[in-house]
Amino acid sequence: MSSRFPSFLAAVLLLASAPAQARELRVCADPNNLPYSARDGSGFENRIASVLAEELGADLRYVWAPQWRGFLRKTLNADLCDLVVGVPVGLERVRTTRPYYTSSYVFVQRGDAVPIASFADPALRSVRIGVHLIGDDGANTPPVEELATRGIVAGVHGYMVYGDIAEPFPLAPIIAAVGSGDIDVAIVWGPSAAFFAARQQPVLRATPVADHDTAVPMAFAFAMGVRQGDDGLAAEIDRAIAARRSEIDAILDAYHVPRPAPSPALTTIGVEP
Amino acid sequence: MASAFVFLVPATASAQEAGAKPQPPAFANPGGANWTMPAANTAATRYSELADITAANVGDLRVAYTFSMGVNRGQEAAPLVVDGTLYVVSPYPNYLYALDLTQPGAPLKWTFAPKPARGAQGVACCDVVNRGAAFADGRLFFNTLDAQTIAVDAATGQEIWRRQMGDIGIGETMTMAPLVAGGKVLVGNSGGEMGVRGWIAALDTASGETVWQAYSTGPDEEVLIGSDFMPHYDQYRGQDLGATTWPEDMWQHGGGTVWGWISYDPELNLVYYGTSNPGPWNSSMRPGDNLWTAGIFARDADTGQARWFYQFSPHDVSDYDGVNENILLDMQWQGQDRKVLVHPDRNGYVYLIDRTSGEVLSANPFHFINSSHGVDLATGRLQYNLEKRPETGRTISDVCPAPPGAKDWQPSSFSHSTGLLYLPHNNLCMDIEETAVGYIAGTPYVGADVKMKAGPGGHRGEFSAWDVAQGKELWTVNERFPVWSGALSTAGDVVFYGTMEGWFKALDARSGEQLWQFKTSSGIIGQPTTWRGPDGKQYVSILSGVGGWAGAIVAGDLDARDGTAALGFVNAMQDLPEHTTKGGTLYVFALP
Repeated sequence: MSSRFPSFLAAVLLLASAPAQARELRVCADPNNLPYSARDGSGFENRIASVLAEELGADLRYVWAPQWRGFLRKTLNADLCDLVVGVPVGLERVRTTRPYYTSSYVFVQRGDAVPIASFADPALRSVRIGVHLIGDDGANTPPVEELATRGIVAGVHGYMVYGDIAEPFPLAPIIAAVGSGDIDVAIVWGPSAAFFAARQQPVLRATPVADHDTAVPMAFAFAMGVRQGDDGLAAEIDRAIAARRSEIDAILDAYHVPRPAPSPALTTIGVEP
Repeated sequence: MASAFVFLVPATASAQEAGAKPQPPAFANPGGANWTMPAANTAATRYSELADITAANVGDLRVAYTFSMGVNRGQEAAPLVVDGTLYVVSPYPNYLYALDLTQPGAPLKWTFAPKPARGAQGVACCDVVNRGAAFADGRLFFNTLDAQTIAVDAATGQEIWRRQMGDIGIGETMTMAPLVAGGKVLVGNSGGEMGVRGWIAALDTASGETVWQAYSTGPDEEVLIGSDFMPHYDQYRGQDLGATTWPEDMWQHGGGTVWGWISYDPELNLVYYGTSNPGPWNSSMRPGDNLWTAGIFARDADTGQARWFYQFSPHDVSDYDGVNENILLDMQWQGQDRKVLVHPDRNGYVYLIDRTSGEVLSANPFHFINSSHGVDLATGRLQYNLEKRPETGRTISDVCPAPPGAKDWQPSSFSHSTGLLYLPHNNLCMDIEETAVGYIAGTPYVGADVKMKAGPGGHRGEFSAWDVAQGKELWTVNERFPVWSGALSTAGDVVFYGTMEGWFKALDARSGEQLWQFKTSSGIIGQPTTWRGPDGKQYVSILSGVGGWAGAIVAGDLDARDGTAALGFVNAMQDLPEHTTKGGTLYVFALP
C-alpha cells in the first residue's frame, strides 16, 4: 500500500494545524451483512470507509441499521448519517457519486462441476438452482427474472436475500447449500457469492454471468450515496475515491469481489469510469 | 365535504320482499352493553342492537371524552368494552390500555406494556399497526408486532401467558386481531412480502399451548388436509396440492399469510379465514395455481382439519390477498335456505359462498375491474384479463383494482335491521412503468415501478351499501381518499365510518344521507364500535391516527416525490400530508 505514507504525512500536518474538533464522517451501514459491512468493521465497505475518512481527515462514526426496505429513508434521508458506502448507480432516493466498481451476478458451483457461465447453458434445465428472493416487493433478483423468462422454473429453490438476522452470516446459506449439495448451482450477486464461496471447504467456483442479452441487467456499477442535494460532499468523495483508488482496489481484491472487465457485451446498469 | 357525494339508486322491490333479506345466524349476537371483539360477534356483522342514537338525533352527537394513545402511528384497532372498562391496543409498541368507564372522564385503569422487540418495526411492511384485542373468560388476547400472542387478566392488567408464535428474523410479524372460538385463540402471521410461509394457529385460551397449527402452503400433512376435506371444485382435489401447484419447493416462501379476519360458526364448528397473496412477486417464477394462497379455508375449530377451500385469485399476479372479512349469514337463495358467507375481496368482487360446502353462489363486482372479466360459477375460476397482466419489462397502464384491491382490510358491517352490507373501500388503479434499480441487503436488483392513482371518477375512496341478495350496490358516497376505516351499523339505522382526512361520519343506513360529522385530530383508519356505558347511555368510539399502508406517507414520513414508496401507494396519496398529520387519539361520542 504505497499511498499510505503520503496520507500519514497529511494526517500529521493536519494534527499540527487543524482545529481541536475533528470533522466527523457519519456512515450508515448494516451491522450484520458480510462481506459488505459488520459491526466489528470487518466488511469491505467498512475498510473503504476507513480509507475515505482518513483521506478526508475525519473521524468515522457509524449509524447501524439493517439494509432492508426503508434503509435509506430511515438513515441517510432521516439525516442520521451523511454517507452510504455502496449503492447501485441508478438508485433513486440518493445522489450517487461516481461509481468505483462494477460487479455482476455469478454462477457458484462445486469445484468438480462443469462450469456454467451462461443462462443459455442447457445444464441449467437439469440441475437444482438456488436464487435469492426479494419478497413480493414488486421485484426480484435478475437471475429470477432471467430464469422465469427462459421458462427454467422446475429445479429452482428460493432463499430470502434478507436471511436470518439472528445468524452471523445472513447472506451465506445459499452458498453453503451449494457446498452441502442441496443445490448444484447458486446464481448470486458477485461480492457475497465470491466471499462465501472462498470460505467453503472445499472452495467453490464463482463464474460471472457472461450473457449480453438478458432481459434485465446482470452487472451493476456501484457508487457511494449521499443525500440528494449534498453535492459538496459528493465532490469530496469523488476526489477521495480518485486519490485512494489503488487502496480501494486492493480492498476489493482482498475480498475477491468479482469485477468483470467493462464490456459492451455484458448487460450492465451504470458504467465504471 | 366538497368531495363527498351521494348517488342514490332506487332499491328494487324484490330486495325488500320478506324472505329475500339475509338474516344473521342465531349465534350472531349483536353488540349491546358490551363490545367484546372487533367484529362484535363471530359472524363478523359489526352490528349493535343499541338504538338510542338514531337518524333523528345523531346530529346532536358530541365528544364525551378523549384519550391519547401515546403513539402517533396508524391506529387500526377496535376499542372493546366489557362491564364498564374500555380496552384498546396501540400500534407498536403495542400498549394495551384499560380505561375505567365508571369514573368521570374515563381515567386510565392500567396499562400493559408488552415490550416487543424493536427490530420488528423494520420488518413490518406497511406501518406498525395492530388491529386490536379479543375478550373472553376474563382475559384479553392480542398480538404484538414481533409475533407474540399474549393473554392478559382483564381485571388487573397482569400477564397470564405469552407465546412467541413467529420469528422476526425471517420477516414474520403479527398485526391481526385474534378471534376466540370454542375455547381457542386463533391467530395468524403477517409478512408475505418478506417471503414467509403463512399459517394459522389455535392456542388454548387457558394455557396458551398450541392446539393445532395449519400452514397455507406445502404438503397436506402440514396444511391439515385429510379425509375431512371436501372442497366443492375439482381443482382443489388431489394429493399435496399446496406443494405440487408450485415449482419444486417454492411453496416454502410462498406467502399465504393469515393477517386478516377470522369468523366462526359454532353450529357447524367451522372457522373461516382468508390467505394472503403468493410470493415471490415475479409470478412467472411460480407457474401453477399456487395453492392455498389468495383464498379461503373452512376448518374444524377443534382439530384444524380443512373442510373446504376456495381460491379467489388463482396464481395471483396483483397482490390480491384473500384475507378480507367473511360475514356469516342465513338467507334464501333461489328458493332454498342456505347458510352463506359474504366476502368482499381485493380483486373487486363480493363473493356469496355456501359456507357448508364452499360453493360460490354469486360473485359480482363492487368496483370498476379490468384485471379480470368475472368469475366462472361452474368452475369457480376467476377469468383474468391477460392484457392487464403485469410482466417484467412491460409498461401497463390503468390496471384496476390496484394492489390494495377494491377493498383492503377495512372491515364492512352487516345491518341486522336493514339487511344491507356497508362496504368501506378503495377506488384505485395503477400504472406499471419501466423498471428501476433497487437494492436490499447489499444486493442490487431491477423491479417494476408501480404507481397507484385514483380510479374512474377521480376520487380514491367510497362507502357503499350493498344488497347481498341482489349482488349490487344500492348507493355510494365518494370520498377523496380511500376509506381505510371499518364500518359500524346499529339498530338506530345509523352507519358510522371515518375518512383519512379525519372526519368521523354518520349516515342514514337506508338512504346514505350524511347526518353528522366530526373532525378528529388526525386521519381515521380505525374500527368504530358502540356500547352502553355504566351511566346507561349509548356511546360510539373510534381511534383517530392516520397510517397503515394507505397512510404511510404521513405516519412514516415518506417522501411525496417518491411515488414508488410504500409499494407505489405514495403516488396515490401525495396530497394526504396537506390534509392531516400524525396522531393517536381515542374519541368517545355520546348524545348530550
